[in-house]
Amino acid sequence: MAKILVIAEHRNNELREITLQMLNKASELCRANGHELYAAILGNNIEGLISGLKEWADKVIVYNDPRLKDFNPDNYRDVLTALINEQKPIVTFLGHTPWSMDLAPGLSVKTGFPLATDCVDITMDSGRPKVVRQVYSGKIFSRMAFRDASGYLITVRAGAFPAAKAFDYQAEIIQGAMPDLVTQGRREFMGYRDTCKGEVDITQAELLVSIGRGIGEQDNIPQVQELAGIMGGTLSCSRPVVDKKWLPKYHQVGTSGKSVKPKVYLALGISGAFQHVAGISGAGTVIAVNKDKKAPIFRVAHYGAVADLLNVAAALKEKVSVK
Amino acid sequence: MNIIVCVKNVPFTQEVDLVLDASKQDVKKDNLVYVINEWDNYAIEEAIRIKEETGGHVTAVTLGKEADEEVLRRCLAMGADEAIRVERGDLNPDASMIAAILSAVVKTIPHDIILTGVQSDDLNNGITGSLIAERLGLVHAAVVNSLKISEGKAQISIELEGGQDEMSQVTLPALFAIQTGINEPRYVSIMGIRKASKKEIKVIDASGLGLPGEDLQPSLIMEEMFMPPETEGAEMLQGDAGSLADQIIRIIREKGVSL
Ligand SMILES: Cc1cc2nc3c(=O)[nH]c(=O)nc-3n(C[C@H](O)[C@H](O)[C@H](O)COP(=O)(O)OP(=O)(O)OC[C@H]3O[C@@H](n4cnc5c(N)ncnc54)[C@H](O)[C@@H]3O)c2cc1C
Ligand SMILES: Nc1ncnc2c1ncn2[C@@H]1O[C@H](COP(=O)(O)O)[C@@H](O)[C@H]1O
Repeated sequence: MAKILVIAEHRNNELREITLQMLNKASELCRANGHELYAAILGNNIEGLISGLKEWADKVIVYNDPRLKDFNPDNYRDVLTALINEQKPIVTFLGHTPWSMDLAPGLSVKTGFPLATDCVDITMDSGRPKVVRQVYSGKIFSRMAFRDASGYLITVRAGAFPAAKAFDYQAEIIQGAMPDLVTQGRREFMGYRDTCKGEVDITQAELLVSIGRGIGEQDNIPQVQELAGIMGGTLSCSRPVVDKKWLPKYHQVGTSGKSVKPKVYLALGISGAFQHVAGISGAGTVIAVNKDKKAPIFRVAHYGAVADLLNVAAALKEKVSVK
Repeated sequence: MNIIVCVKNVPFTQEVDLVLDASKQDVKKDNLVYVINEWDNYAIEEAIRIKEETGGHVTAVTLGKEADEEVLRRCLAMGADEAIRVERGDLNPDASMIAAILSAVVKTIPHDIILTGVQSDDLNNGITGSLIAERLGLVHAAVVNSLKISEGKAQISIELEGGQDEMSQVTLPALFAIQTGINEPRYVSIMGIRKASKKEIKVIDASGLGLPGEDLQPSLIMEEMFMPPETEGAEMLQGDAGSLADQIIRIIREKGVSL
């Protein structure tokens, strides 16, 4: 029976949500095509995580070894290459995450399997996957097929599929045999560091007034900051505003910043890159103001206005202060 | 310290109505303005900073057409010592081909550090750097947002999700994919670029690299590009700024936020 293999991702002793999202999609594809669903998990002292995977796959292959304690692309690549060569899954899923950006290319080079990254949809067509990806900053979609190969590698965008159990499995747990690790010690893990701590907690705000690169220049920030204050809201921002050091990192919304859940998220001059909108899926209502009527943010916003944000901000300020 | 930086010229697509070309395999590009890929701007800046601190030699490499030499001139103006353009000819390479070609080129140039961007703004593959490293057998790290070099090692931090960084130490030679915000890229004047245009750009032909035929075949076959599905989307508010503000205030209040 052909297999689909999902590589579990976990951190700080918790399965990451992307793992369950991949298992959801893989399960759907397995059941529609009569494939078997395998999950693989690598780490050290991961018994709790293994039991968390039991109901999600036909088989869970476990590599529990002190050398796998922290993520390391060299060691993880060697273990997974051995696993893929042994089990020969037709498709292998990884998350499109910082770790997999380091790991998936090595698997592709070592196994010779073609790799498609950041896929938002996956279908099977006569035993071969097809994927949908987004290009040109999310303004265009592309449907891609793979060249003929004996296996295919796919990295999956976070949030593309629900983290819901599509079927109740009772997985058989298999201990994987550790292969030789050939390139040890080139990259050493030293620890984690939190970068988003600070005076303002954007995750608790009911109203976020959020600015993106469309703010144009640093001198425009005080007026929006003031607007946020008058409205009783909190100022947040997209990544370029932090990259330019215009606001501290703890204001940043998105995958590498904070996930927020305000009642209303007012996005001013934010294009709507997936790394940004991944952080606002918990927002009740999203209102977007952008000069570009084709900006991807309008696909996720509930209300949109094609306008210059500075004009709208000025008008808001006037109207809210008079009330 | 010998540093190679891979840079790409990409179309600027904001406030642009992208239109598919007749083949539906790409967008029409004749009217688009090209800029340095945002991530690569940070990568070239980082390379020049390392050179300024430790001494060394920076080579900027791009795979592209003659018009893409613009991105190399920009790198020279920023302080790169040397620039190489790999002519792609009729190839329309995907990430695996780009990595095969670029790794064949950088293999022949001395290097302690290779830098790429985390991702390209047009294709968003996010893997070309790690693919190059794996083909060359180099250690690598993706999404690097801090890089300090001392005594043959790099102290790096790798940006993970949710405001958490991973600190690591990597033995050189190594490849790093650079994340935005790692530095503040210097300003480049038109004058600077004009001056740099007198410097020579070395051109290498991708077909002359002796790559095996399978390396010049795409891994992925583009079936079609298409516009995002129309079904989803926001209810669009109309009117001038004042009227938009009224509507926005009304919506915010309706959703239970008191202003
Ligand atoms: C690994 C990784 C992690 C990332 N993490 C995050 C993250 O956590 N958060 C995040 O935000 N991004 C993140 N990014 C970056 C992300 O890919 C985008 O580059 C970023 O979100 C773009 O921010 P923006 O929308 O503000 O800027 P742009 O994409 O440049 O958009 C600016 C928008 O403003 C509009 N505009 C311009 N002028 C005006 C005006 N006067 N009035 C109204 N509109 C105007 C333009 O039409 C455009 O749509 C990450 C990227 C990577 C690779
Ligand atoms: N044609 C190219 N020429 C030079 N470098 C490239 C090219 N394409 C991609 N790169 C490098 O690879 C990085 C990641 O691109 P990608 O994998 O396409 O998202 C970019 O930031 C560049 O540093």
